[in-house]
Amino acid sequence: MPAPEKSSRAVGAVRQAFAPWRDPSARALIRFENVTKRFGGVTAIDDLSLDIFEGEFFCLLGPSGCGKSTLMRMLAGFEEPSVGRVSLAGEDLAGVPPYRRPVNMMFQSYALFPHMSVERNISYGLKQDGMARDAIAVRVSEMLKLVQMEGFASRRPDQLSGGQRQRVALARALAKSPKVLLLDEPLGALDKKLREETQFELMDIQIKLGTTFIVVTHDQEEAMTMADRIAVMDHGRVVQVATPGEIYEQPASRFVAEFVGDINIFDAVVAGRGGAGLWSLHAQSGALPLTVDDPDEVLHAGDHVAVAVRPEKMRVSRERPEGENVIEGEIWDIGYLGDWTVYRVKLDDGAVIRVTRANATRFVEAPLDWEEKVFVSFDPDSAVILSR
Amino acid sequence: MNGVRSRGIGRALVIAIPYLWLAVFFLLPVAIVLKIALSEPRLAMPPYWPVLDLTEGGAGLVAFVRDLSFDNFRFLAEDDLYVASILSSLRIAAISTAILLVIGFPMAHAMARAPGSWRPMLVAAMILPFWTSFLIRVYAWIGILKPEGLLNHWLLGAGLISSPLTILNTETAVFIGLVYTYLPFMVLPLYASLERMDHSLIEAAQDLGASATKAFWTITVPLAKPGIIAGSLLCFIPIVGEFVVPDLLGGSQTLMIGRTLWMEFFANRDWTVASAVAIVMLLILVVPIVLFREAESRRMEAGR
Repeated sequence: MPAPEKSSRAVGAVRQAFAPWRDPSARALIRFENVTKRFGGVTAIDDLSLDIFEGEFFCLLGPSGCGKSTLMRMLAGFEEPSVGRVSLAGEDLAGVPPYRRPVNMMFQSYALFPHMSVERNISYGLKQDGMARDAIAVRVSEMLKLVQMEGFASRRPDQLSGGQRQRVALARALAKSPKVLLLDEPLGALDKKLREETQFELMDIQIKLGTTFIVVTHDQEEAMTMADRIAVMDHGRVVQVATPGEIYEQPASRFVAEFVGDINIFDAVVAGRGGAGLWSLHAQSGALPLTVDDPDEVLHAGDHVAVAVRPEKMRVSRERPEGENVIEGEIWDIGYLGDWTVYRVKLDDGAVIRVTRANATRFVEAPLDWEEKVFVSFDPDSAVILSR
Repeated sequence: MNGVRSRGIGRALVIAIPYLWLAVFFLLPVAIVLKIALSEPRLAMPPYWPVLDLTEGGAGLVAFVRDLSFDNFRFLAEDDLYVASILSSLRIAAISTAILLVIGFPMAHAMARAPGSWRPMLVAAMILPFWTSFLIRVYAWIGILKPEGLLNHWLLGAGLISSPLTILNTETAVFIGLVYTYLPFMVLPLYASLERMDHSLIEAAQDLGASATKAFWTITVPLAKPGIIAGSLLCFIPIVGEFVVPDLLGGSQTLMIGRTLWMEFFANRDWTVASAVAIVMLLILVVPIVLFREAESRRMEAGR
């Protein structure tokens, strides 16, 4: 089978027409330039630079304490950078108080005013702007319609369900037509089903309004679903900014590879060039020969690298398959998830790798069982090379 | 069956205890005071008449009720002293409560915004003065406020004034004493309602375009309303009837109903008028309490 041409290759699902970050002449709407933020002796943001473009659905993803919330709060105006510059549409935001920024935020707790009705919550920001009373009424009903909450105008927040509160919070934050909407863990308080639905609704609303959305989340699935681009953060730094597909398929570091999705990592030493432009490596102290593709040409003989393979890109079989990268092991655990089955395979040296298989058929002939000897294999171009 | 009935009795007993308590220690004394208020003064022991004599049975009761009159209340309404005392008490209580609110709110706010580990200590510091007798603390203020007292000593020493200020035995001293004494009663309920408040509400208000001042008036104050009402009533009601502070710190021109009552009772030995004053005071104070209860239950209703 001839390999497809590299130019037509793509990762993930990308809005093809929308990629201002690939256009060198495009000017970023939001720029963080060498921003550092310290709280006492703790550095929350460490010399960070980041560009976010108009109309983007941008996700800040990272474990708790990575600085993603601080970054967002700097945009909202609740924190000032200790060093560096944050600008919006070319204007330095330093010293601009939160109430003068064309930025609105949807809080993690929603922060709905408990003593005000839904209507008064949504109109609060408009009143601060001195908008005329009938214009406010029109805008509020527009917003209620947008989030499908007509008929709830006179309710109080404590008379609403979690999902309804989330919608009111969104409507309130969007009412003033901000240039940028900040969403702090917007779906964190919702249950799984509702969260999934709401993710797509948020995307629809974002596309409809064209507002730049910046979402802070620790949930990689949420980020992958919604974002045009994701910035993965760790210890106050951005470790990779890319589309969800790139983050998943071409992680820039071991941290990104492990934080986003599951991955099997083999520590290996590069032996030398193999056939057909591939490289030979020795993993597991030389006991396991591997063959990988190196499209980015990063490998040199003698390098110590990490070979990373996603579980769904591996196959597990009872018979030894043809081809490269065949690893012997024993079924250690089987997890049946309905759509997927997860096999945990124990290798000879005790390491356990994960292999997933889509349950594409309802019935399986002679299914694999616990403690069976099996072979795990993967294609040379399924592996990602990470520096160690 | 038996078990169910005895449980019913047990429940009735549990419910009855607070009612019994109220009956014995509140209703009964109020009834006695009311009875005395409706009597006439006599130079005798007890110093009023009629005296209820139940040895004559029903006829005695009828005779007793027939002899009761509202003369004392009429006297209160006609004599300027009592009206003036009541009005002055209400005025002093209202002004003190306002001062307490102005001083107490920032304190409670600061306490509620303090780091979590500090808060128990701050609350303890607020309660600490209660460990000393109230009377001693008010006496201490005499030492501070008197013409040759600590305050004048410092002010003279600092060169801020050239002759001692007269504070003791004025209304100013009464306000100082009242505010000092009642501050915890204002701060603690305010703190309780502010401490519960989610700080992100203020941030949300600012994010939506409200300045800090605007956010304070539109978010913090309405949410602290239960605390404001509770604190204000906890101060206002006892201040209206306050006796010790105006007696020790106030001058003869500081009219307060508690003091008038004391004079009537102990100096004039007119139990009947004193009792009438007490009843009027009770009625005046019941009104705000009922209003408060009303507001509370409406708020609870809305919250549901």
